[in-house]
Amino acid sequence: MTEILWLGRGGQGAFTSAKLLGAAYTSIGEGKYALAFPSFGPERRGALVRAFTKLSDRPVLDRSETEKADYIVILDETLYSSNLNNSLKENGKIIINSKINSDDNVISFDADSIAKKLRLPVINTIMTGVLSTISGIVSTENILFAIEHYMPEKLHERNINAVKTAVGEVLK
Amino acid sequence: MAKKFLSGDEAFAEGIRLVRPEVISAYPITPQTIVVERLSEMVEDKSLDSEFIHVESEHSALSCAMGASAAGVRAFTATSSQGLLYMAECLYYASGGRFPIVMMNANRSTALPWNIYGDQRDSLSQLDSGWIQAYAENAQESLDLALMSYYIAEKREVSTPFMVNLDGFILTHTYEEVDIPTQDQADIFLPKYETDNKLDLDNPKNMAFSAGPEHNYIFKYKEHIGMKNAVSVIGEAEKKFSEIFGRKYSGLIDTYKTEDADYIIITLGSIAGLCRETADKLRKNGNRAGVLRIRYMRPFPAKEITEIVKNAKSVAVLEKDISFGNEGTVFTNVNSALHTEKINVPSYNFIGGLGGRNISASDIEHIYSAMEKGTEKVNFIGIEVEE
Repeated sequence: MTEILWLGRGGQGAFTSAKLLGAAYTSIGEGKYALAFPSFGPERRGALVRAFTKLSDRPVLDRSETEKADYIVILDETLYSSNLNNSLKENGKIIINSKINSDDNVISFDADSIAKKLRLPVINTIMTGVLSTISGIVSTENILFAIEHYMPEKLHERNINAVKTAVGEVLK
Repeated sequence: MAKKFLSGDEAFAEGIRLVRPEVISAYPITPQTIVVERLSEMVEDKSLDSEFIHVESEHSALSCAMGASAAGVRAFTATSSQGLLYMAECLYYASGGRFPIVMMNANRSTALPWNIYGDQRDSLSQLDSGWIQAYAENAQESLDLALMSYYIAEKREVSTPFMVNLDGFILTHTYEEVDIPTQDQADIFLPKYETDNKLDLDNPKNMAFSAGPEHNYIFKYKEHIGMKNAVSVIGEAEKKFSEIFGRKYSGLIDTYKTEDADYIIITLGSIAGLCRETADKLRKNGNRAGVLRIRYMRPFPAKEITEIVKNAKSVAVLEKDISFGNEGTVFTNVNSALHTEKINVPSYNFIGGLGGRNISASDIEHIYSAMEKGTEKVNFIGIEVEE
């Protein structure tokens, strides 16, 4: 099972990313199972949001919160702390929206700059594209499928552009 | 059929769209809210032709559904926790009036301390209200129960309201892939509701009347028989369901590796999956572990449970419930069945998940090892009780 922990602040779309990744993975076809859920509770803008995606080639039976993740994706760099390494599996990776490169197993990606160029208010789909390219868990096409099927139509074009740009940057 | 990545609440709403209820009356309450939101959107965009009635309370929500049912149409409502308790008075009116209403209940803790997270104390407190009670394990089963519940409730020999329970958040707010049947398939499975238990100008009759001591008792007896009749109708519904939709269900209970099991956990709802995963892990070390999931608490599967556990060394009932001063209510029901059927298997109660507290894989491993060694009759997961 591949487990992803998303960290963001209320309003940044961490849970939307968790859902999109799950939808992208199951869209691959038969025998692809996913669960996506937020850390449950009242929703508040600006507060810490944890969201989870669990991916497997068997039905996912464990519905509890992930304790050790394969990837931790951080949408807001102020949420990073080196303690997060304890929540990683061996060879797990942290992917963070930041201009600064820090620790060894932390991959920084400057999603804010891309969002600014594309006039996007949030960077969640950019980071979803970054994760898919680095991890190879799903293809770019799978992510685009999820955007087209699970986001409101008026958001399609901008978010599809965002993913494509992010993928291009990672592959550079 | 179309596959979609949906939450339990959304999946249930999709099921209700296929059922075509003519009246929906509901009051929103977390974690049920999304069901009501989606259904109101469907009515708004005309993908569901239904009268959506915004009521001022849960008491009115069910009263309204009863009025609709008495007019001879299919009615739906949904609630959770305090909302269910607020409509408790009406639960008995609906069952006593033999109105086959379906209600979705998002299992949530009851106050105080106030809490919006999942446990099953809300619905289990209403076991005696005369409603059929089913507990779903995942989003697909939730959607499928939306369809099957009406088939079962509306059967003339049953004529009993039906409560479908989804674990709050763990099911209602978790997204997974579900298969959504086509409307044509759904229409074949569930034709339009026809009843003579309705207000009819051409055939006037007295409904929702009072009955004195002499006759009241007979009505209650018939209510009991109606509920018992649901057992065979559930089987019939599942057979027809699998013929049309290809998905099979196993009646009042669902078993996993119980044939040769020494130790069986009996539970209900979404935690059953983690129990099965843990049983598999223990089996790799030679420990013969099994799982029995109760799908229906009413009618209660006494014979079905005892038939499965009779050769086990012990059983443990894992439940998100407590009847204060006694034990978990599911445990009481299971023990009664064991006693009635003269099955002498030691039984233990494990209470956990109250107010949404996490039940982990290691908690479940601990249950299996405790039931092997022997433990207190009633155990609280994560709390050490001093003698």
